[in-house]
Amino acid sequence: MSGRLSPRNAFVAGVIAILALVPVYAEVTGNTFMVSLFTRIVILAIAAVSLNLIMGFGGMVSFGHAVYLGIGGYAVGILAKEGVNSGLLQWPLAVVVSALFALTVGALSLRTRGVYFIMITLAFAQMVYYVAIGLDRYGGDDGMTIYKRSQFGAAIDLSNKTVFYYVCLALLLATIYLVWRLVHSRFGMVIQGARSNERRMRAIGFPTYRYKLLCFVFAGMLCGLAGVLLANHTDFISPALMHWTRSGDLIVMAVLGGMGTVFGPVIGAVALLVLEETLSGITEYWQIILGPLFLLVVLFARGGIDGLLAGMRHG
Amino acid sequence: MADALLDIDGVSKRFGGVIASDAISLAIPQGELHAIIGPNGAGKTTLIGQLAGEIVPDAGRIRFEGLDITALPIFRRSQLGLARSFQVTSLFLDFTALDNVALAVQAHAGHSFRFWRDARSEPELRTAARAALARVGLAGRGDVIVSNLSHGEHRQLEIAMALATTPRMLLLDEPMAGMGPEESARMVKTLRELKRELTILLIEHDMDAVFALADRITVLVYGRIIASGPPEAIRANAEVRQAYLGEQEEPHA
Amino acid sequence: MLYLIEQCLNGIQLGMLLFLLAAGLTLIFGIMDLVNLAHGSLYMLGAYFAATFAALTDSFLAGIGLALLATLVAGMVLEVIAIRPLYGRDHLDHVLGTFGLLLFFNELVRLIWGPAGLTLSLPAEMLSAVQVLPGVYYPLYRLVIILATLMVALLLYALVMRTRIGMLIRAGASNREMVGALGVNIKLLYTLVFGLGAALAGFAGMMQAPLSFVQIGMGENILILAFVVIIIGGIGSIRGAFVAAIIVGIIDTIGRAFLPDLMRHFVSYSAGSSAGPALSSMLIYTLMAAVLVFRPEGLFPAARR
Repeated sequence: MSGRLSPRNAFVAGVIAILALVPVYAEVTGNTFMVSLFTRIVILAIAAVSLNLIMGFGGMVSFGHAVYLGIGGYAVGILAKEGVNSGLLQWPLAVVVSALFALTVGALSLRTRGVYFIMITLAFAQMVYYVAIGLDRYGGDDGMTIYKRSQFGAAIDLSNKTVFYYVCLALLLATIYLVWRLVHSRFGMVIQGARSNERRMRAIGFPTYRYKLLCFVFAGMLCGLAGVLLANHTDFISPALMHWTRSGDLIVMAVLGGMGTVFGPVIGAVALLVLEETLSGITEYWQIILGPLFLLVVLFARGGIDGLLAGMRHG
Repeated sequence: MADALLDIDGVSKRFGGVIASDAISLAIPQGELHAIIGPNGAGKTTLIGQLAGEIVPDAGRIRFEGLDITALPIFRRSQLGLARSFQVTSLFLDFTALDNVALAVQAHAGHSFRFWRDARSEPELRTAARAALARVGLAGRGDVIVSNLSHGEHRQLEIAMALATTPRMLLLDEPMAGMGPEESARMVKTLRELKRELTILLIEHDMDAVFALADRITVLVYGRIIASGPPEAIRANAEVRQAYLGEQEEPHA
Repeated sequence: MLYLIEQCLNGIQLGMLLFLLAAGLTLIFGIMDLVNLAHGSLYMLGAYFAATFAALTDSFLAGIGLALLATLVAGMVLEVIAIRPLYGRDHLDHVLGTFGLLLFFNELVRLIWGPAGLTLSLPAEMLSAVQVLPGVYYPLYRLVIILATLMVALLLYALVMRTRIGMLIRAGASNREMVGALGVNIKLLYTLVFGLGAALAGFAGMMQAPLSFVQIGMGENILILAFVVIIIGGIGSIRGAFVAAIIVGIIDTIGRAFLPDLMRHFVSYSAGSSAGPALSSMLIYTLMAAVLVFRPEGLFPAARR
């Protein structure tokens, strides 16, 4: 117990190591599906980490966070359809649009609290969902194929599965580090304080609204980036990207993995998607245990898997 | 009344059929420790709510250092130097005592749009926070998670939080609520020291403390001021005795 | 013009259903301080029960009656098993916990009734149209919905405002410990209130069923609208929910009916056909956004409790 590496930190290191070695494993065993599965896991992990920034640390539960997956994805898709394939144009634009949308939705939604905030973010996401369905030129309800992934010149070829995987993984690690620094900074303290006791925060002199709004924008931007990656990964965009059930998935990942830490949602993403892969092979009704399991986690293991692991240090 | 630090002018508030504040007028000069006493339901917390900015009065004006703050948002008042503590402990329970106070310091140490540097490693914040903790007698308890502190320590921490915002005036809402005699005595000592450099508006039920500390006392009953003056005058006031002090033990000087 | 009147009535009818949902939500939130995301699941269950019982008994009315009972019981059982542990907790825990229930119910329904959905057909008598105004004919069934929900609304009002149980409900809202100390069985009270909310939701679901499909996930779409209604009307206010529900119902219906045509006048036909429905969906949310900007406490905020 006096070693510097706690069980929890060892686990985190282990997960990162596994993620780093997936393509190697795939190369050796010839199982290329693994790369595809884990690319998806890594991308959704970015989205889940971004959600947890506002949810776990900021106490702002957004049921419409998947909308940024859609915004990011559609930015890439629409630009690609109009002939703009350069990643250097697509990606920043996607992030900027995500930021602007988050600013608008956040400015309105943060005037409410609790479940009303949740439903409003959901409502705004549904709005974009319906708009996407109405975009006949870009596939409407059926969606649209993206024929060419984002181009970054000869240096980075995203159509190469392994290259793309490592790009995504690098972005995940960068996201984790960025969010980690953010959460411990002065800004992060305000966000966490507002989650813990907003009344007190105002009483000691913090104008909490503006900080929460900026946090909301940051989270939207990060998730927009995940959307960009997802569109490239599936070579396809559709309104289903933004359906509220996708937002629900992200919430499940964050809660299951652990809302209290930056890395928790990554664990959640891995756990949920691996579970989905393995269990759906056994029975198509596996999801029925997910609901009650989730309820049990909320009631008895609030800190998720990461919380359980951290508790083991003194166990 | 011109140099009152806090000038409460005809403040009224009603909730449905209940008059919580009935044209309350009070001027508190700088350096005074002014106590407000009254039976439960007298409207003391509503008054603090209006002073702090959580409740907007139906009528009347509140002036702090000459500035009309009647409709000013809560955080602005704190930034102007008006700090409050809460009757029911309102802290950041999952953080350490030091973190709690450091947040209060941070609120008045420039803006918080800083995204990179670890706030817990900022010496300006930590040093000032430790000082505030020491002033209320919580020097060694900084690293304890607040939910693990005793009730009395919570009340001390409430004061520390208010102090950490470098205020000109303190609004203290029953700081001694739920404290035993030993803890109360310690709190009185703390308040007596603070009295030297801060103006204080004190709401309290503990009559020993009130008469030990107050320069002036105002008695509130059903939202109305029925008496206001130095402690001896209040103690001698028959109406006050009947309405309130008669229910309590005879206070000792 | 006739079309406009018909659409207005449709709007009112939608509004009544929204009111049933919103009232149940507000009741449960006001009295138990519980946020219930699975409320839409009870709406769905009501519809599924009705379709099933109607098919079994070959009678629409019997189906409705049995389904109401079944939803009431289901709601109370749910409360005892899964909702009780959530009381007193953070609202976030409520949202997450009931979200888990939502997932569960969607899967359960899929397991029991399959993914395809059901239909609930009206008895022949209900299929006729009634003359509501000179020259204006309106489907009898939709009229029945409006009147039935109005009756329910009045009964609800009478229950909460005039009966002893209602008094207990309102008292429970303001002071739980006191009511408990008075010897009233708070646990039972909560169970009954939750059951009532479930029955209201289920009733809305089964009323709506003949007009559209009975399918998995039908609860979620309308739940969002119900929350929008509560936001526009004012949190905690049943009166506000009623007015807001009518407003939302009418705007949504009229928007869907007229916007596509309106759009086609200004833009190309195809653009109008696709953008129209999207815009009409957005209308409600735009209204909600406007309320949030100009009057965040809602149009008829409840008096401070």
